[in-house]
Amino acid sequence: MAAVQEQELTGWKKWLAGIGDQCVFFTRFFRNIFTGGFEWSEFVRQCYEIGYRSMMLVGITSFIMGAVLILQLRPSFVKFGEESMLPTSLTVSLIREIGPVITALICAGKIASSIGAELGSMKVTEQIDAMEVSGANPLQYLVVTRILAVTLMVPLLTVIGDVIGLLGGFLAINFTDSISFYLYFHKCIASIDFSDFLPAFVKTIFFGFAIGFVGCYKGFNSNKGTASVGIAANSAVVTASLWIFVIDAFCVQITSLLFYR
Amino acid sequence: MTRSVFKSPAYYFTGNMEAVAAQKKQTTKAKAEVVISIKGLKKSFGKKDVLKDINLEVNRGENVVVMGRSGEGKSVTIECIVGMLIPDAGSVKVFNEEVADLNDKKLKELRMKIGFLFQSGALFDSMTVRENLEFPLTRVLKIKDQHELDERVKEVLEGVGLLDAIDKLPSDLSGGMRKRIGLARTLIIKPEIMLYDEPTTGLDPITSREISELILDMQKKYKTTSLIITHDMECARITADRVVIMNDGAYIAEGSFDSLHKSKNEIVKEFFKDIS
Repeated sequence: MAAVQEQELTGWKKWLAGIGDQCVFFTRFFRNIFTGGFEWSEFVRQCYEIGYRSMMLVGITSFIMGAVLILQLRPSFVKFGEESMLPTSLTVSLIREIGPVITALICAGKIASSIGAELGSMKVTEQIDAMEVSGANPLQYLVVTRILAVTLMVPLLTVIGDVIGLLGGFLAINFTDSISFYLYFHKCIASIDFSDFLPAFVKTIFFGFAIGFVGCYKGFNSNKGTASVGIAANSAVVTASLWIFVIDAFCVQITSLLFYR
Repeated sequence: MTRSVFKSPAYYFTGNMEAVAAQKKQTTKAKAEVVISIKGLKKSFGKKDVLKDINLEVNRGENVVVMGRSGEGKSVTIECIVGMLIPDAGSVKVFNEEVADLNDKKLKELRMKIGFLFQSGALFDSMTVRENLEFPLTRVLKIKDQHELDERVKEVLEGVGLLDAIDKLPSDLSGGMRKRIGLARTLIIKPEIMLYDEPTTGLDPITSREISELILDMQKKYKTTSLIITHDMECARITADRVVIMNDGAYIAEGSFDSLHKSKNEIVKEFFKDIS
């Protein structure tokens, strides 16, 4: 039964109850994907809000990150006379690790906090309760659409961020050296293969899911008070960022076992 | 003769007018269908016992006002009625169905028969008034025909006198207007029961009176059963068929507004002391 059972728990009981709550929320999310009508228009709107509106931030950050990496790597490479390896090093580090993680952290800061705050304020102003008592399904409308939109958008943003990061690297190399656009991208593409791209892409799907899930869970389950909106937004960012590192560590282990033995 | 026997057997067999009156009363009682029945309802939050022993029956078509001091658990009672909270003990039956025992599907069906007007109006602030009103129609009643949607939206907006606000956002509306739109949104699915959570709180006396009169008008128009939680005496006076006074987690007095006005109970007298 969809109802709220109010209880005051403390210590480990509260922690365990929190884990249980998250499991229930997780189950309800999956059940609601397949039952009832899917909110396509809201899903598309969320994709636009989450994806398109984050593109500029991800683009700028990735561009700077690509350029900075080249500037930081160059002195060491010069020592060994390996400047020609700069595009290769940048591509591998950007595609495999830095691109996905940086994009996911930016999305955690922007998207998880905005979802947490939006749903939190909807909870405080009784909008979620109003949906529920009218017989509508707030999970289907608010949660399923947002989580799926973030899960879809974060990998796409990562791909866009990777490409822009490589452009940043190209610009940084041309500050001091000279390399043609064609040669630079030829070196970049030649340095990676499917085993570099696929695991990195797959982990961004998990990053996206974690960001959406944490943002929605924190917002949907915030307490009724204005302070709880801030708490929901803040803890959504912190928890999502933490999950990104945990998922990353886990995925790297699996990738190492599968591809790099 | 046969007809008169069936129509009024008590009078036919006894010739006694008192018996007829008693039978009439009994018939009226039998006709009054109980739509909400609360028995021995208890609810605690942590160590605080909010509802200690709530007993209430609301008949079809009746306007019942529940009054009590802030924090007495008036809102908790109606949250138990719609299944937002699970009672610790006791029974809450709506249309003879135990709310706490309903599965998700049944609960959804029940909620489609109940309208809930929140204290704040609870309008979806990212949607226009039209989208707010269409939301329950498209999501709950699954109406897809745009012509029908427009008709129903216009009908309720005319009812609350805010047709001009159809394309406005909730942030562009005043407190009273939000309450009216909130009322329109709950009425648009034509519920059989209306639950009002402090409908006039935070409004000036004139707007409060307008909202109270609107509640009464809408009740007559849509023939709903209403349970109104308030501590606004004017709202209670205008809307109530029956008033229930709540104190310390239980109902302590019940009756018409006028009868409670004359009550000797000290707590009840406190409520009515500013009423001339």
